[in-house]
Amino acid sequence: MSDTCHCHDNYVKDVLIPQVGVITDIREETPDVKTFRVNAPEGGKLFEHMPGQCAMLCAPGVSEGMFSITSSPTNKEYQEFSIKKCGQLTDYLHSLEVGDEITVRGPYGNHFPVEDKLKGKNLLFIAGGIGLAPLRSVINYVLDNRSDYGTVDILYGSRSKDDLVQLKEIQDVWMKTEGVNVYLTIDREQEGWDGHVGFVPAYLKELGFDTNKTALLCGPPIMIKFCLASLIEMGFSKEQVYTTLELRMKCGIGKCGRCNIGSKYVCKDGPVFRCDEIDELPNEY
Amino acid sequence: MFKIAKSKLPELLKAIAAQQELFLPVNNNGQVNFAAWFEGCNADIETLKTVKSPKDMFFPQSETLYTVKKEQHKLSVEPQALADQNFVAFGMKACDIQGIKVLDKVFLAEPVDTFYRARREHGTIVALACHEPEESCFCKVFGVDCAEPDADVVMWNANDTLYWKAVTDKGTALTEALSGVLENADAADEKAVETEQENIRAIVEKLPYTNLSLEGWNGNVTEEKFNSPVWEKLYKPCLACGTCTFVCPTCQCYDIKDYDTGHGIQRYRCWDSCMYSDFTMMAHGNNRTSQMQRFRQRFMHKLVYFPANNDGMYSCVGCGRCVEKCPSSLNIVKVIKAFEKEAANHE
Amino acid sequence: MQEMINRAKELLSDGTVNRVLGWRRGDMSYNPEPSYFETAEDLDANFVYNGFCGANLSKYMIEGSKLEGKTLVFLKPCDSYSFNQLIAEHRVDRDKAYIIGVGCMGKLSFEKIKEQGVKGITNITIDDANENITVETLYGEKTLAYKDCMLERCHVCKGKEHQIFDETIGESRDTKDADRFAEVEKIEAMSPEEKFAFFQNELSRCIRCNACRNVCPACSCRKCVFDSTKFDSAQKANVDSFEERMFHIIRAFHVAGRCTDCGECSRVCPQGIPLHLFNRKFIKDIDEFYGEFQAGVDPEAKSPLTSFTFNDVEPGVTGGRR
Repeated sequence: MSDTCHCHDNYVKDVLIPQVGVITDIREETPDVKTFRVNAPEGGKLFEHMPGQCAMLCAPGVSEGMFSITSSPTNKEYQEFSIKKCGQLTDYLHSLEVGDEITVRGPYGNHFPVEDKLKGKNLLFIAGGIGLAPLRSVINYVLDNRSDYGTVDILYGSRSKDDLVQLKEIQDVWMKTEGVNVYLTIDREQEGWDGHVGFVPAYLKELGFDTNKTALLCGPPIMIKFCLASLIEMGFSKEQVYTTLELRMKCGIGKCGRCNIGSKYVCKDGPVFRCDEIDELPNEY
Repeated sequence: MFKIAKSKLPELLKAIAAQQELFLPVNNNGQVNFAAWFEGCNADIETLKTVKSPKDMFFPQSETLYTVKKEQHKLSVEPQALADQNFVAFGMKACDIQGIKVLDKVFLAEPVDTFYRARREHGTIVALACHEPEESCFCKVFGVDCAEPDADVVMWNANDTLYWKAVTDKGTALTEALSGVLENADAADEKAVETEQENIRAIVEKLPYTNLSLEGWNGNVTEEKFNSPVWEKLYKPCLACGTCTFVCPTCQCYDIKDYDTGHGIQRYRCWDSCMYSDFTMMAHGNNRTSQMQRFRQRFMHKLVYFPANNDGMYSCVGCGRCVEKCPSSLNIVKVIKAFEKEAANHE
Repeated sequence: MQEMINRAKELLSDGTVNRVLGWRRGDMSYNPEPSYFETAEDLDANFVYNGFCGANLSKYMIEGSKLEGKTLVFLKPCDSYSFNQLIAEHRVDRDKAYIIGVGCMGKLSFEKIKEQGVKGITNITIDDANENITVETLYGEKTLAYKDCMLERCHVCKGKEHQIFDETIGESRDTKDADRFAEVEKIEAMSPEEKFAFFQNELSRCIRCNACRNVCPACSCRKCVFDSTKFDSAQKANVDSFEERMFHIIRAFHVAGRCTDCGECSRVCPQGIPLHLFNRKFIKDIDEFYGEFQAGVDPEAKSPLTSFTFNDVEPGVTGGRR
């Protein structure tokens, strides 16, 4: 029929329909983590986002998955994703080369409250392994808006020195920025490493930060659990600690039901939660 | 109000189908489901409940979202066209319409699901009051009146006659287009409808589940219900199939998957079930590893989480399909009753 | 039923078993559910056994075998075939089960009752002789012949004998009044086009709820191939006619030679698809190609599909049936 209606001529494209993104740079961070730079095919960024938000990356015919955007919104040229090889989709993504295209939809989820609750605060970033990816977005945002925030302390740990993600940026930028303290640690002694050795939660207690800070915590669940315990022991309250949750997601918009815990949808109401908010959720994450 | 002799149903259906696409309950080898009308189809408006709810007219079991074509390194994304043809959903019951209202809360909330919205906008719902409610029905518990469904057009089936009342503009438009087959109703017919409604409501009062109490489910009860020992006892017969989910008018969890057509990748979405073990599986773990957790999730979502997000609206409508269809005879009524009993034991 | 309760209480109290696997009274006459009982009080108050206890408890014993101590399980004659087959497949632990074979008068189908124009059921009583059932409804009372309300599988009953048990309680009745392979023969007589149309029509109703698979005692894989996230051919959608063309046929192939024809697949199908016909076709073919074989009679017996004899029909030969 030709006399079709015009009632959705003004519809926006469905949020489930992705854009095409082209990979413009790939950095090998560690043996199993690569950072992919993604641009719109015509150049420029695919969309604007806030620190902590995620996007759905899809290799058509393979799979689709949610990844946090590791680049800062203050970067006006591209978006970056640091991706650890740990399954079908990520294996495939690791096989891609510069110039290859994927589909991207987003940004999804909430973000770290950089515009209100974190403003003027002394910030303590605690990350483990690939958990640095979402925090890197915040750290660079904070460094680019340095005067809006107080002191910055970054505690980052990994299994070995070869597993530290973004090491170059950490050493060349973060460590050299005034008022920023970076503490690195690896799990076990290793040749060529003269830095701290030990798990992140233990190092955290060793360093014994002042409680006049807001902590942003991201890493493997076990690290989050013990770091939170360390923080509480150090006198922090749960209201002072933000972290991110990760569950299986498909739609990214709080409809498909997968990431539902309690009355929250992690993809839409998260991934960023304050630790006291997490306490109100049923224990299913 | 209008009317038509029930013996003329085929003519009515043909007249509707001449105007718009028509979906209605059709009997296929003893099983009644909503299906597209065709000349000579085995239309069945007497069977109270279709096996599947009619939700797939608005949210199909599977639908393509877009197609991706790949040429060397280049990808192109071609979105699936939205529904753009008007259609009539004929013979929907009050509970199933309440089910659509629940789906509206999900799919029409920001960001809107445009595929669903297009179907909602193009659909005209012609409801049928429940002539003879059955024992598994408990719509009244959720405030649904099956004698007066909330739809574009309402029909009553009594005295070998279908009484027809247009309610909305869409309903009036359809009714006007059917002036050739519908007869005007008179005061006696109005009276007949009133009597039918009284009869229906009288039966509803006598249904075994009508006085099911939802006390204890409203308000902030997540922690209390979630941690109850009742789940561990209740879930055991559950086979972890998706029957309850797939016959349910409000279950709307979905999966998004790829289908390689050989000349492009179709990305489609399909119904999924929180009862399935892979529902929450990720590359590095699963946050609901036991069937007890999955079983609990389904009922917690319907009775606690959904109401918490939607002004107290439950995402159960009391259609009773799970009561009739669960292979292990488990259902939401047994869940509600088990908690009621547990509460009584504590007093 | 009282005898079953009494015996279960004895076995619980003398420590022979830690729990009882039976049927729990539902809130309607027709919906008892498979359930565990651990106390005498619970048994007295809630245990039920009647014509609506169709569920085959053998499959639950896969999980039951992992529990501490013995489980008393009630098996009907046809359920006992499934249990034996699960022993053969090392999926249940014989030593973890105390089996009471219970008599069976044929099991009732809620669908069959409804098909006879029954609506708004408030109560169902089965007479002592199991000849008639009286259905009280909101729209009047109706008496139906027990036989007319039985599950399909009971009309082709395999017999009154339990294949495995520690003791038995109650009488069984011979309910067989139809030929097991009559329906299969009807389909065999169809032309290929008719066969395709028949199955396409039946299977077009499939909603991929997986109830048939999950209830099936022969489908005891810990992880089904169709549940793999890596297997992308529409594991739950009804897309591209996968259901019509593949799913049920693959499943029938997978259980061929192991299916005891317990009929649970057809009992639980929400869309009333006669799924047992696929399995019965395989059983008929196996009987014809390799000699009569009934899975679940003897857990030590070798399945004709996994053993070779010189008398075996050549693969691919369908002409010269024995």
